[in-house]
Parts: sequence; C-alpha cells; structure tokens
Amino acid sequence: MIKGKFIDNLPKVYGLYTGGFIVFILLMAIGEQMGMSSKAIGICFVTFTIAIYAIIGYLSRTMQADAYYVAGRQVPTVFNGMATAADWMSGASFVAMAGGIYFKGYGYMALLVGWTGGYVLVASLLAPYLRKFGCYTVPDFVGTRYGGNLARFCAVIVLTVASFTYVTAQINATGTIASVALDIDFKYAVYVGLISILLCSLLGGMRAVTWTQVAQYIVLIIAYLLPVFWISNKLGAGFFPHFMLADEVARIGELEQQFGFVKNSAADLASVPKGLAGITKAHSAVNATPWAFISLAVCMMAGTASLPHVMMRYFTTPSVRAARRSVGWSLFFIFLLYSSAPMLATLSKLSLMDPNLSTGIIGKSIADVQAIEWYKNWNQANLMFISDFNSNGTLELNEFFMGGKAVVLATPEIAGLPYVISGLVAAGGMAAAMSTADGLILAIANALSHDLYYKIIDPKAETAKRLIVARALLVIIGFAGATIAALEIQGILGSVIWAFDFAMSGLFFPLVLGVWWKRANAPGAVAGMVLGLLSGTAYLIWVRNGGSGFLGITQLTFGLVGATVSLVSMVLVSLATKEPGAAIQKLVDDTRIPSGKSVLGKQH
Amino acid sequence: MSNKDRYWQKTRNLLWVTLAIWFVFSIGIFLFGTQMEASSIKPLGYPLSYYMTCQGSLGIFVILVFWFANRQEKIDDEFGYSEREDN
Repeated sequence: MIKGKFIDNLPKVYGLYTGGFIVFILLMAIGEQMGMSSKAIGICFVTFTIAIYAIIGYLSRTMQADAYYVAGRQVPTVFNGMATAADWMSGASFVAMAGGIYFKGYGYMALLVGWTGGYVLVASLLAPYLRKFGCYTVPDFVGTRYGGNLARFCAVIVLTVASFTYVTAQINATGTIASVALDIDFKYAVYVGLISILLCSLLGGMRAVTWTQVAQYIVLIIAYLLPVFWISNKLGAGFFPHFMLADEVARIGELEQQFGFVKNSAADLASVPKGLAGITKAHSAVNATPWAFISLAVCMMAGTASLPHVMMRYFTTPSVRAARRSVGWSLFFIFLLYSSAPMLATLSKLSLMDPNLSTGIIGKSIADVQAIEWYKNWNQANLMFISDFNSNGTLELNEFFMGGKAVVLATPEIAGLPYVISGLVAAGGMAAAMSTADGLILAIANALSHDLYYKIIDPKAETAKRLIVARALLVIIGFAGATIAALEIQGILGSVIWAFDFAMSGLFFPLVLGVWWKRANAPGAVAGMVLGLLSGTAYLIWVRNGGSGFLGITQLTFGLVGATVSLVSMVLVSLATKEPGAAIQKLVDDTRIPSGKSVLGKQH
Repeated sequence: MSNKDRYWQKTRNLLWVTLAIWFVFSIGIFLFGTQMEASSIKPLGYPLSYYMTCQGSLGIFVILVFWFANRQEKIDDEFGYSEREDN
C-alpha cells in the first residue's frame, strides 16, 4: 500500500485520515453526552491515536537503506513541512509553551522568536546544500566534507549529546501524559510511552517516522487550535482570537495594576508545592533587558540550525528546490501553533483573573474557590494550589499558584468546555512528544549505525546487517532514554533549551563553514567541535555550581560561549594547517550548485 | 569570471540580503523593546512589542523563507543550474 501509489495519493489519504479523526472526536462527544466517563474518553483518545500511528509504522516497514535512512527521498514539500513541524514541536512546545508565556511574559517570548527565526538560517545557510550533498545523516556530511573518521566521530559525539539531552525530556513528556490519560503510575507510563514511540519507527526507520509525523501533526494542530478558538468564542473575546484579543491584553494590564504584584515571603512560598508558580510578571509589558531577550533568541536560532533531527528531515525531499520550499512550509505549520500559544495564555489568564467573568477566581472568597470542582481536580493532580497567606478570607493574586502545564491542560475545563476537548488535548500532547522523540531517537541511532558502525567500524557490512544494527540501537537508545527520564532529573523545558545550546556549541560553525568557507579543513572542524562542546559544557557546569558567569550569559544561553570558542578555534586551526586538497575543493563546488548528481551516491 | 563564480556571487548576495532582514526582525528591533512598547503604532490594537513577539516577527520569517526560495530559484534558472524534473 505504501509504495509509489501512496505518494501520488497523499492529499486523499491524509484528507480521509483527518475526516476520520474528526468523526472520532464527534463520536467521543456523543459518548460523553450519553454518559461515558471522562476516564474512558481519555483512554480512548490516547489508545486510538497510538494504534493509528502503529499501523502507519507497520505499513511503512522496509529493508532498503535509502528508504530506512531518508524515506527514499520522495517526500513532497508540503508533507515534509508537516512532518518537520511535528518533529520540531515537542511536548514542551505543546504542553509548556503557553504556560511559560503565561508566567514570564515578554522575556519568555524570545523562545518563540528564536524557534521560528532559526528556520531562516536553516533555509539560507544549510538545508539546500546538505540536501545536494546527498548524505544520510549530519555526521555523514561532516565526515565527507572534511574527510577523515576523526571529524565524523566528533560530529557523532556532539549529535548524541545534544539529541540525548532532548530525548529524555520527550520521553518524560509522553510518560506524563500517558500516566494522566491512562491513569497508571509514571514509572510504568514512561515505558508505555517508549513502546508507542518505537512502534512508529522500528520497522520503517525514516519512512515510517515521516508518515506517522504527518499524522501526528494533524492531530496536534487540531488539538491545539480547536480549544483556543472555542474558549475565545465562549468568553466573547473574539471570533478569531489571533486578531481580536487586543482588548483582553489591555484588560489584563488593568487588572495587574488593580491587584498589584505583591511579593510573597520565603516562608509563605515554602508551603507551595514544587513546580507551581504565581503570576508575578506583567503579561504584555517589556520585562526583560534587550540583552537577555536577544541572547536567548540567538541561542535558539543557532541551535535550530544545528539540531540534526530537524536537518535530516530535509534530506528526504526529492530535490534541492523542494528542500528550500519545504523549510518555508515547515515554518508556516509551526507558525500556526506558535502564534496561538500567546493567545491561549491570554485567554487562560483573563478567565482566571477577571472578576467580571463567571470563571474568575481572584478576589473571590477562598472557601468558594476551594469548593469549585475543577480546582479540586487540578489541586489533586498537583497543578494548582491556593493559600490564604494574609488570612483575609479572599483570594489575592499572590495567593494563587499553578503549574505551567495547567495552562494548556486545564484551561478548557476552567472555561467550561466538555471533557472531550481535554481528551483531545491529551492526544495532541502525546502526538507532539512522540513525534519529536521518534525524530531524535532515529537521529541518534542512524548516526551510530551509519557513521560509527558502517563507516568506521565495519565498512563491508551488508545492507541487511546494517539495518538490523540500526534497529537494535534504536531500542537500546530508547530504553536508555526512558530509564533516565524515569529518574526525573531536569524539567522538560530546561533540558530542551540545553539541547539547543549543546548543538549550537559543537555543530553550528562546522556545518555552516563547511558550505560557506572552502578553506575550512579537517583539523579546524575537529577543533571547532571538540573545543566548542567542551567550553560550552564547562561553562554550564560552572554556572550550575554557583559560578557567577560573565556578560550575563546564563545556563540557558551557554551556547554563546561554546559557539564563540568553536568559531575562533575552527578559523585559527584551519588557517594554521594545510588547505584542503583539490578533491575536497571540488566537492564543495558541487555542493553549491543544485543541478547535477548528489555528491554522495544514492546508496552509500 | 566563470558562470559558476557569477552564480555563487549572486547567491551570496541573496544570502546577505536575507540575513540582513532576518537580523532586523530577530535581533535589531528587540534592542528597542521599551520604545516599541511606548510606540503609538499598535497593530490590531496590540502594543507593538507584544505584537512583534507573538505574530509580527514570526510571520515575517515565514514570508522571508518563501521569498528567499523564490529568488534563489530564479538565480538557479538564470545560470542554468536548476535541477531537471526527473532528478
């Protein structure tokens, strides 16, 4: 079924799929009316969608190297755009982003600018050239462009460090959602999440991941947009929230003035459960210095352009031209969700804060709020907390605490939407986390199997053997990630940002200069990768252990240190050593023009 | 100058223009966050600083990438470096 014909029928296949999914939502809504329990609805949503992904994964099974590594290089632009958007938007984007905006306002929005602006760099500096190169993995490009196993090996190391940091956060997110939706212990839910992830990628590699990611994008975007529009209309805030919430944003500003931000004492805060926060920052006012904003945005942009699981999506397009356009589509599909997150944060905050709305709780009596059904549920789930610090019996702004995830997960319920929407949101969050985890695990496993095993250890290995090694690695990396995720060391969003900084420290300049500077050579690239990664990591460790840092660079922007060291050392070492030979010069020339054969053969 | 060199020169110029626009909307304007907030320009009624972070810059990036792809395709065609359809 999934062969040439499938590619020609993509719009029809995914159109039917989308229709089917909407019918499923309606059936669940009818079920709810007829008395289906909310727990049953949650279970149906999560299991139904995972079953669909697993079927797609099974149908896309393959034993061919180019199908396994690059989906046979025949993914059309728009669909590759959707797959990239799903690959890109992680559990963090889906579940935590609106919450971050809700609590931190302007300063946090640097992430939105960074996570979209990075695609301009991807399109103009890298993606089309790496596509022309014809590599299977990012280290494949580094290894061939600079020549030598050492450069290839260093690229594998950087890729693994960055992607592994990222993937534990994603498996953690699938575990969180599975544990809530299926009502099982987090320790086991993590492995349920992992098995769902492996079902998508194990048999068909990149081909299977591509087609499941398209399906996951459709689920996650419906699950994100539907509640935003519904809540906006229900609150009477505007038919099209993105263009019509100016009054609501202004109203929040007024209410902030009226209630005032009162700082809680340390003793009071000690009683608040870990992970919950109160509203302490202005919603729309500029609350960060230009440098804090820009340094974070720059790190996210450079990180975007160096994260291998995104880059390798552009290896699957049929041509260089398609790769460029595909970046535009990816960004468009990402924009749909990112531009909605601030609107969701606005609606969520207004519905809780505004005393004129029936949902508003600030200014009400503590006893009344404690009796509200949704408050009881989310308090029990450890995502909401109130306490009467000043003992006046009324809830003040500084006496209400909420977890970041609650903005996405609880707002539909607060606004009085039917439970079916909450089930849909759970399925969307699961899709977002699974699609990113799949992309990342595949990026690591492919780099280890193709670059480390096949190119360095056993260059004579048969295709069948290579693909078995690739699959074994997929399972091993998945379990390693799940085991670490189960330990819950670092929050979801923190580890995501670290991953960007790691990738930027080690890979950004070796990749960019590989295309744009012919004089760059192997010793330079090795120095750039090794010193960049080491200096970035050293800075992170220093700041984490109480170091003061310099130039206002924090543990979230340590990539600035790594990338600067990487650039300087790469340029100096390149200039101090021999110019690359004629063969490499020719190879760079070939990379720069779209026409002609790809630099690496179709099967390599 | 060979065909290839002229092609690469034009490609590089396009890169600089693209990066310049990118720089303005990802870095440049955020040097002036407070000025943007105080500005009387209010797209759709939102404060300018808020609007740029949640829609403005993001939307400009989307348009910029498509514009870049179109311009680059024109350069490819001009110098005969476009890929054949069967590629």
